[in-house]
Amino acid sequence: MTGQLTGVRRAGGIRVGPVGLAWRPRVVIATIAALVLALILFVAGITIGSSALSVVDVIRALGGGGTGVQRLIVTELRLPRALTGAFVGLALGVAGALTQTFTRNPLATPDVIGVTAGASTGAVAAIVLGGGTYSVSAALLGGGIPLAATAGALIASAVVYGLGWRGGVESYRLILVGIGVASVLTALTSYLLVRAQIAQASQASVWLVGSLSGSSWPSVWPLLIVAVLGVALSLVTSTALGVSQLGDETAIAVGLHLQRHRLIVIALAVVLTAAAVAAAGPVGFVAFVVPQIALRTAGTSRPPLLLSGLMGTCLVLVADLAGRTIFPTEVPVGLLTTVVGAPYLIWLLVRHRKELSS
Amino acid sequence: MTTIEHTTAVRAAPALEARGVTLGYDGRVVIDSLDLSIETGTITTLVGANGCGKSTLLKSLGRILKPTSGSIHLEGVPIASLSTKKVARQLAMLPQSPSAPPGISVRDLVLRGRNPHQTWARSWSPEDAAVVDAALEATGLMDVADRDVASLSGGQRQRVWIALVVAQQAGILLLDEPTTFLDLSHQLDVLRLVRQIKRDTNATVVMVLHDLSLAARYSDRIVVLHEGSIVADGAPAEVLTPEILHRAFSLRARVIPDPITGTPLIVPEAD
Repeated sequence: MTGQLTGVRRAGGIRVGPVGLAWRPRVVIATIAALVLALILFVAGITIGSSALSVVDVIRALGGGGTGVQRLIVTELRLPRALTGAFVGLALGVAGALTQTFTRNPLATPDVIGVTAGASTGAVAAIVLGGGTYSVSAALLGGGIPLAATAGALIASAVVYGLGWRGGVESYRLILVGIGVASVLTALTSYLLVRAQIAQASQASVWLVGSLSGSSWPSVWPLLIVAVLGVALSLVTSTALGVSQLGDETAIAVGLHLQRHRLIVIALAVVLTAAAVAAAGPVGFVAFVVPQIALRTAGTSRPPLLLSGLMGTCLVLVADLAGRTIFPTEVPVGLLTTVVGAPYLIWLLVRHRKELSS
Repeated sequence: MTTIEHTTAVRAAPALEARGVTLGYDGRVVIDSLDLSIETGTITTLVGANGCGKSTLLKSLGRILKPTSGSIHLEGVPIASLSTKKVARQLAMLPQSPSAPPGISVRDLVLRGRNPHQTWARSWSPEDAAVVDAALEATGLMDVADRDVASLSGGQRQRVWIALVVAQQAGILLLDEPTTFLDLSHQLDVLRLVRQIKRDTNATVVMVLHDLSLAARYSDRIVVLHEGSIVADGAPAEVLTPEILHRAFSLRARVIPDPITGTPLIVPEAD
């Protein structure tokens, strides 16, 4: 190997062959810690529940042993649910880090480019206009609603990108157009809800909060594939993201193909968010809060992508675990992430104002 | 391309050249078919009244702003035909009042200047670290290398951006008002640094300055712009005359030799 390992001093880095990274011990330690925590929460999510299973039971059930009920609980209920939670959190965490970094705005979640609003309109339209009661559209859950949500997300963000285009896109204009388009879509969703039958409306409201209770294998696979690919490609954009933080003119000056970079980052954020929302509904505040926590944990100038993703996994898994164990009736995961996220948003805004005035 | 053709091209071509460029924003023309040629190893300063188009011209030279017609040539090659990363290895640009991301350290910010020499997988190498150290040394920032950029004074912050440009190791430097918001002694620091870089590396510098007397001291050539066209171009002593100052700035001023350097010193007339 021709690579060399240089010092672990503060200014140093690691260079092995074609790969070289500045050495940031705090980021590495935080990422490993988040990964360990995510794995613990994942195992806890499978073992803890209305019928408690031991780790041994779970392994036995996965291997095809144990009782039929245990196998059913593990392979058909808890494993898909835990996987959905883990990858929804991962995708939303990374998507949030992408949008917050490229817009240079901590308030810019994937929601601002219309993804979530588009997905919601798509899903609610499928539920309401698709007709039928819960039992009828339950069959559609594997394909119908996720597909409609994905289509809605992609169309809405394409519209935002198109309307924001003026010989290129600027993040500021993109945010304003995104807010406008999202408002129209939210109005449309409300209209659909008002028109809907009671049963459909209540089903739609559950979906709109974001829940893992409907997780099943057919919805896990697309999420898993898109999340893994999307996160891997996002890591490829990491160096360019750091450069884009310098502002448009300096970024171009140091050789960033700004418009191409922006299109790639937006596309990745949209696809990751769409996959997450299609699988679990718009789980609130994960994409917004998690990158900001990751940023402060790592002490870097932008949210580290992988750390944001893993912290997203932790937040969603812990919210799901709490939602179905602490309360007498199950509380949807999106409600809990929002309950955690909203006070954090207020705290961030208050602190931001203090920083500005000091 | 054969070797002979290649060497002639390099020798003959100016470092940077604007050929009949028309520039503007949203259909409003700021500069109309302007020609400008910049020789290698010189310091050229663009001066002119606010809104005369000097920053616009600098932006187009740095391929930040695309001309609506005409073209920019980098060492004889149309800049639009080169990849932006390749251009960045030859040409560095410091925009007017750049902003640093919050929470970034001086060293990390300067390391971003290495981007044209990096790949997506390699955002650090021992060579990058050595070049960054040299840039910090040259700009006198070694003591604050690990501090947050936001905690620095205005003068230090401006030097951080210049260090970023230095770390880029490009032969051509475009600096848009590198002395804005600085007190006189810090303005001098920056200009001395620019001249030092030029002498050490035979760099080509094009900058925009407002202080005419300082421009005269530190430039080999001054280009005076007025309403989007060049009204004077040459050595500071030829260009900075009362007539031209009146035409370009509507300023009535006397021009006397600087007692220290002999370069033109602009003294506005009494009211």
